[in-house]
Amino acid sequence: MLDLVIFYFFAALAVVSAVLVVTRRNVVHSAIFLATALLATAGIFLSLRAEFLFIVQIILYTGGILVLYVFVIMLVNLDVALHQVQFNRRWYVALLLTVLLGAQAFAAILVSRQSLYTLPPAPAQALEPNTELVAWGLFHTYVLPFEIASVLLLVAMIGGVVMAKKRI
Amino acid sequence: MDLNAILQWPHLVPLICALAIVLVLPLVAGYIVLVERKVMADMQVRLGPMRVGPHGLLQPIADALKLLLKEDIIPENADRYIFWLAPLISVTAAMLALSTVPIGPVFLIADLNIGLLFILGVGALGIFGIVLGGWASNSHYSLLGALRSAAQLVSYETSAGMAVVGALLLAGTLSTKAIVERQAQDGVWFIFAAPVGFFVYLVASIAETNRAPFDMPEAESELVAGYMTEYSGFRWALYFLAEYTNMIVVASIATTLFLGGYLRPFAGTPLFDFLDYLPALLLLLVAGYCFYRVPKQPVGVQKGFMAVVGLLCGGMALLLALPAAAPAGSLLAGAKPGLHGAFWFVAKVGAYLYVFMWLRFTFPRYRFDQLMRLGWQFLLPVGMVNLAGIAVALALHRGLGWGVVPSFALTTALTVAVAAYLVWIGEKQEVRKIGEEETAGNA
Repeated sequence: MLDLVIFYFFAALAVVSAVLVVTRRNVVHSAIFLATALLATAGIFLSLRAEFLFIVQIILYTGGILVLYVFVIMLVNLDVALHQVQFNRRWYVALLLTVLLGAQAFAAILVSRQSLYTLPPAPAQALEPNTELVAWGLFHTYVLPFEIASVLLLVAMIGGVVMAKKRI
Repeated sequence: MDLNAILQWPHLVPLICALAIVLVLPLVAGYIVLVERKVMADMQVRLGPMRVGPHGLLQPIADALKLLLKEDIIPENADRYIFWLAPLISVTAAMLALSTVPIGPVFLIADLNIGLLFILGVGALGIFGIVLGGWASNSHYSLLGALRSAAQLVSYETSAGMAVVGALLLAGTLSTKAIVERQAQDGVWFIFAAPVGFFVYLVASIAETNRAPFDMPEAESELVAGYMTEYSGFRWALYFLAEYTNMIVVASIATTLFLGGYLRPFAGTPLFDFLDYLPALLLLLVAGYCFYRVPKQPVGVQKGFMAVVGLLCGGMALLLALPAAAPAGSLLAGAKPGLHGAFWFVAKVGAYLYVFMWLRFTFPRYRFDQLMRLGWQFLLPVGMVNLAGIAVALALHRGLGWGVVPSFALTTALTVAVAAYLVWIGEKQEVRKIGEEETAGNA
């Protein structure tokens, strides 16, 4: 019962703030609601007992990426942006895309779970000890894909530095 | 519900601990400010606050009252809601971070599997309070202060992270309590295994709490008061509370990771068991000094207050002495790990904070480019080399069967050599740059 209440609280919070992110005119307000949405998602992770995922979500998205967003937003002159037309009126394209995406999500849930309403409960004991399990997966079971991904990210990072810097 | 059922309730101890932290923390922060002013006065051969209460002991209370009664001003063109929200974010993040800090083996709100990551991650959310507060004030000084602060926090968090990961390799766990227990098991605090890591964390933690010599975000001569320029009264006090709570948090992380947390010095050695009487003895000395000063106070009220402080210290001494002296197995002796653990933890955190203050009154402020260079070109590489060094030392010890001392001595020496090389390169660059500027100026 309590699990359900917590889940619906965080889910509603995430959805409402996600809607507000795209409807607010002020960019900083959007950023704050994005932070709320991300934190609410972290809360859902926590209620599923995925502690490691919860804290990584907070450290990476809220504490890292979003801080950089806010950093950039504050350097932009907001007064100019407020007077520009920020909304694209071609809503039928958006509607079509939304319907397509929604159908895809429903189909994915139906195929994998066979039902829309009864989802299997989170395995409580299977996730203990959380961090160690993630580490085992990353550095033992899937060590090669993990390393390839990190090399790829490193290359992208160096590429970004090279492109951003005029004189090396 | 009868009393026994309440006592058996599993959430009772965490709830009490949480209440204690939320209620006592503002008071503690106020007294840290007083201690800081006193230490500063001592280093500058002054007396410091002396008027309110004996030796200024009631000064924090007077300051808090003043801040509460001050007018709460919101600038006209400020973003009102964010202006309200920002200090709250800072305080909440800082206080939440304290929830997995093991102040004693018992005094611990939550022993999470991800304990240390939780402190780091939630503590880092406080940056939003600073950035949003600076932005919402709609003032250039505030915005510049907030930007500097954000840049500084993001830069130094990486170095601090490297130092923390080094210590985590030694501990092999993220749970804060297990880290301390591991140090008890190994019989050595991690500062002796990773001194360079501790140094990197010390410097990075000062920068992270925006304190001198890294207090660029609130450099008075340049930015008035940084991100809190437009704040006054209680909201300003909240920012201040967050700042001092953050100091306590970083000191707690350092204590837990490097200084053995709530462990007594030489915790495993029976030869040093006499150290158990040290806490009580110290407090008795303080109480004695208080009573010695009572007749020298000018007013009757101050005399009375001094005596009360003396009694308080004496009471705490008794509280610490009884469990140490009680026969093993009794109820009092059972309370010993909790009480003494809390004492040692607070003592270590206090010592760390004293180093903070000492550095603040010793060094002049860095220039912003110097600060960034120090963070990215010195601390981060040293932190990385230190991390690799610890990994190599562990591999030598566990894989190749080397002794603990030679393997760690070797890698620490190598790390120090790398650090010295980096300092040498940095100085050479600086000298060349000054030379170039001088020739450009002459031409």
